[in-house]
Amino acid sequence: MTMLFDILSWVLLTAGGAFVFIGGLGALRMPNLYTRMHAASLTDTIAAVLIIGGIMLQAGLTLATIKLAAILLFLLLTSPTASNALASAAILSGLQPEEGNVEPRERQE
Amino acid sequence: MYYAVTLATLITMALALGRALLGPTIYDRLLAANMFGTKTVLLLSVVAFLYGRPDFLDLALVYALINFIGVIAVLEFIRDREDGGEANKSAGE
Amino acid sequence: MSTATKTITRMLVLLVPLVAAWLLWSGIYKPLLLGLGLFSCLLTIYIKYRMEYFETEVFALGFGRRLISYWLWLAKEVVKSSLDVARIVLSPSLPISPEVVKLKASCEHPVDQAILANSITLTPGTLALDVYNGEISVHALTKAGADELRKGEMDRRVLALRKN
Repeated sequence: MTMLFDILSWVLLTAGGAFVFIGGLGALRMPNLYTRMHAASLTDTIAAVLIIGGIMLQAGLTLATIKLAAILLFLLLTSPTASNALASAAILSGLQPEEGNVEPRERQE
Repeated sequence: MYYAVTLATLITMALALGRALLGPTIYDRLLAANMFGTKTVLLLSVVAFLYGRPDFLDLALVYALINFIGVIAVLEFIRDREDGGEANKSAGE
Repeated sequence: MSTATKTITRMLVLLVPLVAAWLLWSGIYKPLLLGLGLFSCLLTIYIKYRMEYFETEVFALGFGRRLISYWLWLAKEVVKSSLDVARIVLSPSLPISPEVVKLKASCEHPVDQAILANSITLTPGTLALDVYNGEISVHALTKAGADELRKGEMDRRVLALRKN
């Protein structure tokens, strides 16, 4: 049973690490702010759930699990709020999200 | 296994720093800062178990709180500045 | 008079988790620290009172149970769209087709609208830009994601949360 939990938590942790890396890569590759935010939300949601879920399986039924659950809940509640505030502030400042296919205009950097 | 996740998180933090340095507009930099903060929370939780020190989890929670409040506060500050005068300066064209 | 009792009930409902959280986190049961804990809990409630948090009914009966089944559905959606976004990021040609969609939120309650907008943002590939007068403008990473949103599955599920 412990073996099963170990394997499951390793799978979760590996997948979480992969998603964290993909999100970081996406934030670097995407052409403009709004598309970058999609990549960032990838790391904010599923990577956080997978990694913290994996650690929770390792921790078992202890106080640490409750604390991890609180951290996860807090991350899931605040990260969309922060993204929303960021997006609306960017729109108010006049940074328009282009429609249609966006030219990768920052390649010259 | 914890080492792999720690490594992935550290690499992503480096990528976020790269975006913060490159990012043409101030909002890109803020997005990168927010990402960096979230990754720090994950890193702290992993490191707590890597070194077997569960008290790191309290630090992670506090960091999550401060990160959120910090991003919102900086956004308020920027918006006030934009209202004050030079609007659209940071549109990065 | 009944509004006052309602307010006090809501305050007590909030006080219980706050006290539990303090006891769990502090772990030190000395009179000074317990007093400080009680003080911070009451301060939180006072600040929430000033924010007029207790004026509206946030959690109706049976809301929590339905919320959990909604979260399960949302988790499934998040996994699905995460895989999509990961595939887009990893493919060399970066096949994105961003689009801005205007959605009409069927739910009236501000908490429900916040739940809907946050769920949209939480799902990778879609990002709620603005909520105004029950209309949500959403930035979608791909055309397929935008079409998925237009079907309004999420809107229907959020509306069903508060059905009695």
